[in-house]
Amino acid sequence: MSNLGEVVLLDCWVSPFCMRVKIALAEKGVEYEARAEDLFGGKSDLLLTSNPIYKKVPVLLHNGKPLCESTVIVGYIDETWSSPPLLPTSAYGRAQAHFWADFIDKKVFEASYKILTCKGEVPETAKKDFIEILKQLEGSLGEKDFFGGDSFGFLDIILIPLTSWFYPIEKFGGFEVKEECPKFSAWMNRCMQRENVANVLPDPEKVYEFVIMVRKMQGIE
Amino acid sequence: MAKSDVKVLGAWPSPFVMRPRIALNIKSVDYEFLQETFGSKSELLLKSNPVHKKIPVLIHGDKPVCESLIIVEYIDEVWSSAPSILPSNPYDRATARFWASYVDEKLFPSMKEIVSADGEEAKKAAIQVVVDGLVLLEDAYAKCSKGGKFFGGEQIGYLDIAFGSYVGWLRVTEKFNQVKLLDEAKTPGLVKWAEAFCAHPAVKDVMPETDKLAEFAKVLAKARAAPPPK
Repeated sequence: MSNLGEVVLLDCWVSPFCMRVKIALAEKGVEYEARAEDLFGGKSDLLLTSNPIYKKVPVLLHNGKPLCESTVIVGYIDETWSSPPLLPTSAYGRAQAHFWADFIDKKVFEASYKILTCKGEVPETAKKDFIEILKQLEGSLGEKDFFGGDSFGFLDIILIPLTSWFYPIEKFGGFEVKEECPKFSAWMNRCMQRENVANVLPDPEKVYEFVIMVRKMQGIE
Repeated sequence: MAKSDVKVLGAWPSPFVMRPRIALNIKSVDYEFLQETFGSKSELLLKSNPVHKKIPVLIHGDKPVCESLIIVEYIDEVWSSAPSILPSNPYDRATARFWASYVDEKLFPSMKEIVSADGEEAKKAAIQVVVDGLVLLEDAYAKCSKGGKFFGGEQIGYLDIAFGSYVGWLRVTEKFNQVKLLDEAKTPGLVKWAEAFCAHPAVKDVMPETDKLAEFAKVLAKARAAPPPK
């Protein structure tokens, strides 16, 4: 499929939100230039002018025009490069996909953050809440291979990058996702078998080291 | 389609509930408006939105759709004949969705901060945050409207619905705090836009009067201050 012009991504390797965009672009076969932002050293002028409201990555620049907010960007990618479709074809299917994407954005990130920013032992409630959220997502997955059904799609793309942070969450939380939520874990493995996902998600050990570093910086360690 | 095939579960004061109602009006779709009783949640609501247990819910046939902006997009896709609610161009659609997310994630919480701010200084600061946000939206309006009356251009669209649904509560906040949030000096475009939006045929029967909403706000404040029911 044609690139339809120049595509640049303002990126950070450890950001699950950037990973969403990279996986979506890979699924569509779009070539792009990823420019790494140093979020601690100093954000680039391009980032600050392209996303003046939030000053955050990811920012996608398509022929110089900026797009911000990962879920909005993935939607734009799906609409601009139409093959293969990431969102379901029916209006109701799309509404369901967006509903769960919204749920993921509201719940998974917050629950992960709570565990990772705990000083000392992680309270049982934080662990329970996290697991409960994964169980609700398991309910939505049902017997399907992917959230999109038979094929990997929008909702899988929205969720799988957040799982790259599960290793530090499990270590701090003292539990294992594969024991607490085996269906969810099986879905994760299916996604990781896809080249476009495996090439984008970072080494869990590196994410763990990153979390340790940030915790030190924020005086949590 | 028969009226009973489309239901909206909601409540008249909620800006979120207003959104699907405006969208259905734009599409000239008849629907049944089932109002929740303040302070309790109906069986139908709990069954249709078990995850969040919140209004609005659109029930189309037997299928529930939840989350107000998701419902608006669903309505636009199902009743796809003109007028369109979302822009046709993917970049404009992304821009509209970005700003809709901004009003929900940033503007609305900043409006709530004014209510919870303790003392004069804190209130002043909270008001400034809202005004700063509205100035950003003034700029977005200039860019999106492309000379038209609405964010959607000549026609009312997605971002008009997303942001416009807060106008009633903005006016209540102005009234309670004796302050202008939508201001001729700082946000002249939005002042005109708000009037045009509220007067629009798809909106005017759904947008509550400021005085009625202000009375409800007092009831809400009392209920929140009281201990929760056992």
